[in-house]
Amino acid sequence: MSKQLPSGMTLDKVDDNIMTLNVGPQHPGSGHMRLIVKIDGDYITSCDPDPGYVHRGEEKMAEYRNYITNIPHLERPVIHDSCNVLYPYCLATEELLGIEVPERAKYVRVIASELNRCVYTTYWLAIYGIFLGHSTMFMWPTGDRELLIDLLEKLTGARVTHAYFVPGGVRNDLPPGFEDACLRQVDYFEKRIKEYAAIFYDNPILISRTEKTGILSRQDAIRLGTTGSVLRASGVDYDLRKKEPYDVYEEIDFETHSLKAGDSYARSKVPWLDMLESCRIIRDALAKMPKSGSVRTKLKPNPKGIVGHSYRRVESGRGSLGCHIVSDGKVEPYRVKLSVGSFRNLICIPYLLKGEKLGNMPAVYWSLNYWPVEADR
Amino acid sequence: MSEQMPEKKETSIESTMPKFEKDVADLVTKKFPSNVEILSIQPKRIQLSTKSENIIEVAQFIRDELGFDHAESVTGLDHPDEGQIELVYHLGSYTDESLASQVLSISTRVPREEIPNPGNDSTKIASLREVFYSVEFHERECFEMLGIYFEGHPDNRRLLLPEDWADLPPLRRDFKIKGR
Repeated sequence: MSKQLPSGMTLDKVDDNIMTLNVGPQHPGSGHMRLIVKIDGDYITSCDPDPGYVHRGEEKMAEYRNYITNIPHLERPVIHDSCNVLYPYCLATEELLGIEVPERAKYVRVIASELNRCVYTTYWLAIYGIFLGHSTMFMWPTGDRELLIDLLEKLTGARVTHAYFVPGGVRNDLPPGFEDACLRQVDYFEKRIKEYAAIFYDNPILISRTEKTGILSRQDAIRLGTTGSVLRASGVDYDLRKKEPYDVYEEIDFETHSLKAGDSYARSKVPWLDMLESCRIIRDALAKMPKSGSVRTKLKPNPKGIVGHSYRRVESGRGSLGCHIVSDGKVEPYRVKLSVGSFRNLICIPYLLKGEKLGNMPAVYWSLNYWPVEADR
Repeated sequence: MSEQMPEKKETSIESTMPKFEKDVADLVTKKFPSNVEILSIQPKRIQLSTKSENIIEVAQFIRDELGFDHAESVTGLDHPDEGQIELVYHLGSYTDESLASQVLSISTRVPREEIPNPGNDSTKIASLREVFYSVEFHERECFEMLGIYFEGHPDNRRLLLPEDWADLPPLRRDFKIKGR
């Protein structure tokens, strides 16, 4: 006998064929994000992303600290790409404080930023590899990443969260012997990146799992406002290092890559192509960098911003990273807003997963180059 | 002894503005002479403001006639002294090469409630989701962080905060971090 409902209470009609599956939140399985997936048999009928498990209120905290003391905590959203996360904040702060950056510091910033991009991308690639059951692709990038981290440690004094970029330049100059060590590591790393193709990107199993899954058309990529490798894998060649060059990117010889397929394979290949270009950028920056000079403009202890807005953006490992600072003339910013690639790319998860097989979910989800903590901030 | 003062050069603010950005802003102000105000024009950055009741038609014009095709970011700003909350939409373009380095921001203000109850008070604004699809998650973030209700948004739900959050919206100025 069916149980009677109390008067006034109704139950929604349930489709018996549809099952709701909570994927996550767990680390690193879904990376502190829950995907609420509805499946019909083996196929995903809808997916609702639910981020927010590591929310630390970075933007709120930034209202309580001055322009300088904001630096160590504003890099936290992506610790593996901390130089790039701080980059737009420093550019916007320099605009509001009216500071010029010395020429040598601009080159040092570019080198640090590209090294950090490689550190982030190797980490992401390792996770992508292990999620597709390719344990060698987990171990190789993880090991190679250590060499780059050692190099950044020499440069900044810290292994992961460097707090190296400051308004007005960088915290300290290159240590003795850094240029030679950097060139040696970059030469080795470039060889290794090419080897990744042999074991991973040319692997028929990987291709069969990622090709033609989670296709995002060029039109949809634009309409949804996606950014970074997601956008460039769908055929839109938009990289801020070329479109809106900051610091000395205009002087550097490099290319940007876009692919047309818009599937998981293309999305995973764009960051790999970027790493090859990063090696080229680092070499060119080391060659063109002024051999001496200051790397930092001195600031007052508690600088006050001019009243106004500043919105600056850079190309991070995950796409465009914008920083909007509003100043009311005090020593603390009135409001700091970070517009991050992972948050912007979140919007396409329901589109890409709808109609896909559940087994393809890791291949599609991780191909977004998504960093959960960055989306939360 | 009186020293002769150096002759002052007359420079108008308009003459120092970058031409391309000024022309783009002028197209909007020409179409909406009484509804859109230019806040500032700098190289690669245009800041405009409009009234909340005009935001949709201005946004449609910016999309269809100027070629800005997506929103990069939506910033919510609390102004408790003025009793207002400000929204700043940062718009960019992937399709028009001449606008690739440009960011056009359009801001608007809505009344601010002391005790917000999103949906039932006057802190409401029309959603731009139908104009710029990409604002969907940005508006959801502003909804929970500042207590603004976006009319016409298909999914006004919490995104980043816990489901049982019962305090003030955390990005309002009167929400204080505990211990400070």
